[in-house]
Amino acid sequence: MLVEPACGGVNIRGMATIEEVYRKKKPKAFEADRSPSKVEVWWWFFMRLSGIVLLFLVLIHLYVMHLVDSGVERVNFEFVAERWDNVGWKTFDWVLLVLALLHGVNGLRIIIDDYVHRPGVRTAIKATLYSATAIAMIMGTAVIVTFDPTVGG
Amino acid sequence: MEVTLKVLRFNPETDTESHFEEYKVEADPMDRLLDLLHEIKWYQDHSLAVRRSCGHGICGSDAVVVNGVNRLACKILVKDLPSEITVEPIRGMPVIRDLVVDMEPFFAGYRAVKPWLITDDREHEPDRERIQSPEERARFDDTTKCILCAACTSSCPIFWSDEEYVGPAAIVNAHRFIFDSRDSGADERLQILSSKNGAFKCRTAFNCTDACPRGIKVTMAIQEVKQAALYRSV
Repeated sequence: MLVEPACGGVNIRGMATIEEVYRKKKPKAFEADRSPSKVEVWWWFFMRLSGIVLLFLVLIHLYVMHLVDSGVERVNFEFVAERWDNVGWKTFDWVLLVLALLHGVNGLRIIIDDYVHRPGVRTAIKATLYSATAIAMIMGTAVIVTFDPTVGG
Repeated sequence: MEVTLKVLRFNPETDTESHFEEYKVEADPMDRLLDLLHEIKWYQDHSLAVRRSCGHGICGSDAVVVNGVNRLACKILVKDLPSEITVEPIRGMPVIRDLVVDMEPFFAGYRAVKPWLITDDREHEPDRERIQSPEERARFDDTTKCILCAACTSSCPIFWSDEEYVGPAAIVNAHRFIFDSRDSGADERLQILSSKNGAFKCRTAFNCTDACPRGIKVTMAIQEVKQAALYRSV
């Protein structure tokens, strides 16, 4: 018997359609998540904005902490106390902390999504990453907010 | 002149892994790589599987990896290649045999972006011409050139690692309609391309732009689609 091809996805004489045949061979390409969501749009935009802001923040940070005077050698409690007496520097450091953390972690999230395919492993790695981020964010914020310049005496 | 062709072979009936086989071919500098593959298939080894239809760079059938980069075998000449040429099937898709790959994962991404004209009035047949100015036509001229050869998508490192990504070719073909003044399906397509595996998976590696045998500025088209998706979200 002459077998007619199933063309254009149309089911001819009960034959499997092309899509049905290939679904079995390479299912992921057909079952890709295309549900509406703007999350990636916003993260993408955040990466552009934070990237530009971080460029300046990081350069200023490097200049102030590592180049001026004797650089990092002079950083001690008095230096930090004096610097954080100023709300502007506190804000600067906090913004640097938040943007750098989120920018870096989002980059790692994207790499994990690209290269870790087993759902369990992916969830485990992401859970570890997000926990570490939360801890760093909370501790950093707590230090800046609760810093007491008189402790060192 | 004599050139040496190293072709990556795979026969699903006998091989568990692909391997290179070497062929010596007498060639004219103005021969296409496709002519050399014909020479092998017709006169040296009939078992070589190659895809090609028009042989003139418009059907998009014979994209292969030539010395590490994606090219159409019918658009690259011997004079522009070294005397030792390696030919491999395009990457990121399952090899059926030798240089023939299963293109369905590629077309799954293509179909996902609805690559056809979507109009407001879907109930009635049009009763007049859809008029477009030369300027409006020029807006998406570059992306109309796509021949669906998969050279871009199969050169994309993100597509290699994750076949759920729609891939550059699908975004190029979405661009062709999103920026067409006669089309009104931009919202539908941008919604699909804003999703997890849409245009925002692109990391601007530029492999696609380099690979496109039609010279389409693929990465630029993808960035324009991202921009349109962002403006739509604001």
